[in-house]
Amino acid sequence: MKSFEYTITDPVGIHARPAGLLVKEIKGYAGSTVTITKGEKSVNALKLMALMQMGIKQGDTVKVAVEGGDEEAVCAAIEAFFKANL
Amino acid sequence: MITIQGKGVSTGVASGPLYFYQRASAALQRYEVQDRESEWQRFKAAQAKAIEQLGVLAEKARAEAGDEAAMLFETHQMMCEDMDYEEAIEGFIKESGINAEAAVTDAGAMQADAFAAMDDDYFKARAADVKDISGRIVGILSGVVQGGIDSDVPVILASDDLAPSETVQLDKSKILGFVTSGGSGSSHTAILARTMGIPAIIGVGDQLKEEYALREVIVDGGTGTVVLDADDDTRARLMKKRADILKRQELLNELKGKPNVTKDGQELRVYCNIGNPEDVHAVLENDGGGIGLFRSEFLYLNCDDYPTEDYQFEAYKRVLSDMGGKEVVIRTLDIGADKMIGYFNLPHEENPALGNRALRICLNRPEIFKTQLRALYRASAYGRLSIMFPMVASVWEVREAKKMCEQVKAELTKEGIPFSDEVDVGIMIETPAAAVISDRLAKEVDFFSIGTNDLTQYTLACDRQNNDLGRFFNAHHPAVLRLIKLACDNAHKAGIWCGICGELGADLELTELFLAMGLDELSVSPRSVLPLRQKVRETQVRVSREKLLGDLASSENAI
Repeated sequence: MKSFEYTITDPVGIHARPAGLLVKEIKGYAGSTVTITKGEKSVNALKLMALMQMGIKQGDTVKVAVEGGDEEAVCAAIEAFFKANL
Repeated sequence: MITIQGKGVSTGVASGPLYFYQRASAALQRYEVQDRESEWQRFKAAQAKAIEQLGVLAEKARAEAGDEAAMLFETHQMMCEDMDYEEAIEGFIKESGINAEAAVTDAGAMQADAFAAMDDDYFKARAADVKDISGRIVGILSGVVQGGIDSDVPVILASDDLAPSETVQLDKSKILGFVTSGGSGSSHTAILARTMGIPAIIGVGDQLKEEYALREVIVDGGTGTVVLDADDDTRARLMKKRADILKRQELLNELKGKPNVTKDGQELRVYCNIGNPEDVHAVLENDGGGIGLFRSEFLYLNCDDYPTEDYQFEAYKRVLSDMGGKEVVIRTLDIGADKMIGYFNLPHEENPALGNRALRICLNRPEIFKTQLRALYRASAYGRLSIMFPMVASVWEVREAKKMCEQVKAELTKEGIPFSDEVDVGIMIETPAAAVISDRLAKEVDFFSIGTNDLTQYTLACDRQNNDLGRFFNAHHPAVLRLIKLACDNAHKAGIWCGICGELGADLELTELFLAMGLDELSVSPRSVLPLRQKVRETQVRVSREKLLGDLASSENAI
């Protein structure tokens, strides 16, 4: 498993648009499961509504974990995605 | 005459019959199914159809309002096949044996409730999106045709709050404006009304009565009023306002793409002031020639700790590439005085406007400055960057800042990181000291940009935050205007350009004087670009130059 931590800078947090883009992005990595954790709660990042319902806001730090597939490359791609969009 | 007051969320004035949106509200059927597998297949077919319809809407929105608007429907497409949502529906159909319409409605309600229970307004409002997609699937299942407005003449459309798919499917040629009883400024109705450029008034609550249907109303999206059966005076007043707005819009649209040139051929660059990367959209929409002031503070204000080089780099890069090769002047960190940031741990000052702020902080804490300069130079490879230092009073400050730039460039070269070697470096003229020694400063830099707000505050010793000083804070004071002229003249003697990026740049009373002085650039808020262009194009400066400059020199009428 590979993971990184990221602090959200987008003023609205993980709102519909980046959540949608994220799901799209992750769908491209069929062999990997991506989990996003905030505090006690974790969600499979493919679950769009559940992800939005985490209510992740600006300033929240989340842990993003990648399991399966080319973990290193997928993790790096998703980290780049977070930096560019969130 | 009845006046209803709501909240205007999209400007403009329109009049027409009030028409209540007809929502297909077939009562929900709920029954037990025998063949659960084929009921599940019936759902899957409706889901596929919904996704297909949303794809069409996305393309339509993309054509009418761009990628951002299309993304909404693409998100809805994903919601339709959300794993949890679909699992819940599957459970209701296969395990409980209820019909697909009821299963979708119940699963949608569960998700909508989860959103509605969130404490953030943005996420709360997403309950509407879930209801919208569920309504669409149920509509397909029960054979309801998604309809428009059944009227021969264009109408003012009234409703509780329109769902996004409803707004896009409307026949736009039939709509003059929106009035909704519910909604918020960030609701889809408001956003789409602004995109369409028609008035919208929301949140009128139960003042909006069905019995008003088809009566004549006038809506004013600027003030948020809806007038039913207007009397003659009110009608005349609002219709004049409407004519004025339309005339102005038409005029401004005509001005797009035209040069900022006076009748006698003097050109001026009109750039924009922005505070964050999203504003680029408004710059391009209003035909700004470039960005004359990009305040980099937002990066620092948005963070709980010093923003990293990479984070800053991405933001600068985005603006530079979005501006597609047009000049972008980014001002280095300007905090202190009225803008304080906790993690900087700046000690309390009795007189912060005269204290440790802007370039002073950067020179005292070079590690912060260097991070920003590295991010800026790295981003310079993606567009036409100019760097500007705020709050300069002395030549040595500029030299020290430039030295830091050289150091950063040397580092990047050594590390093999690309950057543009055509980055201009300029300063703000916002202290009287800088204006007075602008002859010396002009030899150090590539351009001047005059910050008139601070220049006025410091020249007149008049706190700009203190509202009680209103009549003493006079940006038209000859002392301020003469300093502007002095800086402009000294810039030209040294062969560099001089602009204004303060509020005064958009002050149309002074445009003629600024042209007479020969200022090269005015940087204003995006929405001021076209009015300023209009003013420039009406002006004939050769005739008035001598008199205007003579009056400034003598200031005989100064008060």
